[in-house]
Amino acid sequence: MLFTSYEFMIFVLVTAVLYYVLPKKMQWCVLLVANYVFYAIAGVEFLPFILVTTVSAYLVGMKLRSLKAGQEQYLAVHKAEMSREERKEYKAKEKKKQWRWLLLTLLFNLGILAVLKYTNFAISNVNSVMKAFGSEGALEFVDLVLPLGISFYTFQTLGYVIDVYRGKYEAETNPFKFALFVSFFPQLVQGPISRFDDLAQSLFAQHKFDTKTVSYGLQRILWGYFKKMVIADRMLIAVKEIIQNGDTYQGAYVFVGMLFYALELYADFTGGIDITIGIAEVLGIKVTENFRRPYFSKNIKEYWNRWHITMGTWFTDYIFYPISVCQPMLNISKWSRSHLGDALGKRVPVYLSSFVVWFTTGIWHGASWNFIAWGLGNFVVIMISQELEPLYRKFHAAFPAVKDKWAFRAFQVVRTILLMSTLRMFDCYRDVPLTFKMFGSMFTTWNWGEVLGGGLLGLGLDVKDYVILFVGFLVLLTVSLVQRRGKVRDKISAKPLAVRAVIWYVLFLAVLLFGAYGVGYDASQFIYNQF
Amino acid sequence: MEKKKWNKKKTVAAALIVTFVWVTLWLLQCLLVPKYASEVVEGNLIAEYYQEEKDHDVLFIGDCEVYENFVPAVLWEEYGINSYIRGSAQQLIWQSYYLLEDALRYEKPDVVIFNVLALQYNEPQREAYNRMSIEGMEWSMSKVGAIQSSMMEDENFLDYVFPILRYHSRITQLKREDVQYMFSRPKVSYNGYYMRVDSKPATNIPEPKRLANYQFGDNAYKYMDMITNLCKENDIELILVKAPSLYPHWYDQWEVQMEEYAAENDLKYINFLELQEECGLDFNTDTYDAGLHLNLWGAIKITDYLGQYLIDECGLEDRRSEEHLSKIWEEKLAEYYAEIERQKVLYGVE
Repeated sequence: MLFTSYEFMIFVLVTAVLYYVLPKKMQWCVLLVANYVFYAIAGVEFLPFILVTTVSAYLVGMKLRSLKAGQEQYLAVHKAEMSREERKEYKAKEKKKQWRWLLLTLLFNLGILAVLKYTNFAISNVNSVMKAFGSEGALEFVDLVLPLGISFYTFQTLGYVIDVYRGKYEAETNPFKFALFVSFFPQLVQGPISRFDDLAQSLFAQHKFDTKTVSYGLQRILWGYFKKMVIADRMLIAVKEIIQNGDTYQGAYVFVGMLFYALELYADFTGGIDITIGIAEVLGIKVTENFRRPYFSKNIKEYWNRWHITMGTWFTDYIFYPISVCQPMLNISKWSRSHLGDALGKRVPVYLSSFVVWFTTGIWHGASWNFIAWGLGNFVVIMISQELEPLYRKFHAAFPAVKDKWAFRAFQVVRTILLMSTLRMFDCYRDVPLTFKMFGSMFTTWNWGEVLGGGLLGLGLDVKDYVILFVGFLVLLTVSLVQRRGKVRDKISAKPLAVRAVIWYVLFLAVLLFGAYGVGYDASQFIYNQF
Repeated sequence: MEKKKWNKKKTVAAALIVTFVWVTLWLLQCLLVPKYASEVVEGNLIAEYYQEEKDHDVLFIGDCEVYENFVPAVLWEEYGINSYIRGSAQQLIWQSYYLLEDALRYEKPDVVIFNVLALQYNEPQREAYNRMSIEGMEWSMSKVGAIQSSMMEDENFLDYVFPILRYHSRITQLKREDVQYMFSRPKVSYNGYYMRVDSKPATNIPEPKRLANYQFGDNAYKYMDMITNLCKENDIELILVKAPSLYPHWYDQWEVQMEEYAAENDLKYINFLELQEECGLDFNTDTYDAGLHLNLWGAIKITDYLGQYLIDECGLEDRRSEEHLSKIWEEKLAEYYAEIERQKVLYGVE
């Protein structure tokens, strides 16, 4: 059930009506049923996978809870008769027990994810190696299902178990409420990856129908559809044409395709998240924001703090920090400081941890070398920019006025967009060598005359489409600029009723009339669905 | 009191907004749906039926082989038979069934004539043709059935309920006729007959394609049975016909199946391909598109044969003495002859 399908809209409507019509204490039950109906419609064969993850995480959460309770009880009773060392030893022993349970659930659930998502990738690599060594045999690919949103719900669930292990909060005792947290349907498809302590309270609470909240939610949904259907899905036509015909479209076309893809991905992904957050808002539930105007970032590090925020913080909290402080890394840190000097030595463990994070980020996005190359590309750019930091400092010390100049800030923003767009070329093309070839063609094939002299009209879009895209882009830009000074919906709601009605009705008509949907347009999935 | 006043104000505002939204959406829908006025006028055929006084002796159902090959004006003028054609481009057999079912809500003809070429299709073919066959129908369970049985994989029922969802992208392709015919369409047929007076000789008929399977499909037969049963239940005589079009090819294997079906179900079956000589058809002069469809002159010839057949074999009576009906036909014939003259000038026909 695509977010843009009529079926989905009807499904949300029915869910919302039941949610508010039935007694409030049943609201979370309505949501749980809706989640599983949504998931079953996506594929009944997917249900066992989400159930297994839910049950395993719930049981381990409960086990950790009982271990922690047992530990506290034991210490409360025996505290007086134990020395400090004995207490420490006892705690370490108990922690180890808990660690084993955590490890078990991590291996189990990541194992499921790895098998389903990466088996064929592994087989293709093994086959390539065998071929390289002259072997004529090849392993056969296996036909595995890839449950909807598996990367998202697995990470969200594991985040919960790790937090319970760390004692950030107590495990949820109600298995059905926990199942609701894992399967909350609006965010199941493409995130955000919520934390239990952020989402659960709002998810399980009773909500009364509030006109303002519901209308805010509907407005957010409408805005999401505008981005997705008017901009992203229209842009997709030209992007597809360029990237699927690499032999035809080189040079300036590649550059145009790169920028088009940057806009398409932004409109697609943020549009999807707007719909997700909007649906949750209609139900009175608060979901974490996933974007903060990322294309206004002045550097790539800032960009990653503003793009797919919940994924970035997940990788930081659950991969980067644990790796940075694990014993082997501390040993490496010690070794590198003594052999490479203090300045460089202390950066080695950070870079190693970052390497792991970006490798994982890459492969999380997709089982192919393209995504790994994309992840590592980000790592290299971030590392280089950090290494050049002293140089930047020197430059700004020499020219202190430059930093505050509007033009310099604009330069930084454009540089970041170009850098990120270039790296994203790995998403687009069939394989890594082709990506490099296309990247190279931007410098070796000079065909700007052809592109601007009518070439753009050969990409499946006509002049009217470009006008719609341009206006859509201007609206997007304007909204982003206004957002810097507060919520756009707050500003609109302060206007007289007639003005508000016109604004939202015009947006609705824009989606209805200019949306790239229905027969004749591909019912394209949200790009992040596949992750 | 204050609260009550406020609520009243709010309710009025909400009602005004809803009305405004409803009206603008309706107007937009009227603007965006195709008008089929200057091109592909066949898109208007189905809807025109509802403007008729429904007291027909004969109803034709089928694809272009009925609406381009039989002339109700001739049946009236020569035999006093009041007839109408419910046909549209590539009208599939299940669409014919539902169009017949729909027509039976208004009238009960003595004879239904169904052109059998549609049996070649066992599943929906093209969305554009579906639209032309279905959109003109007034809403009823028959229309619902026609939609559900005809939708292609990428179609959605709601798109038929709210055509604006289907035609929204026409907003960038609007023409003058979209405004001109927003609320009423030009009349394009003569009791469902689509007229052409020009000629293009059938000199180069393509070789028939070899088919993997010559058996009509189960779904096609299912609806053939449904048409047969519907006619029997309503005491209507069903006549199967194969129009004399030379292309698409009518295979011998299909002919055998049709003859068997007609015999099994005690139905009359007329294959006009075998009656070309008897009807006096000349494919050098009687077709306007090299053998696919007859022009008016060819259509008059086979309609003339059919009219006599209906009198002789079905016992239909001459109704030209009915004053009311004659008056209606007087107007219709005036329009019909005016169109002949208009087209003669348009195509330079003597």
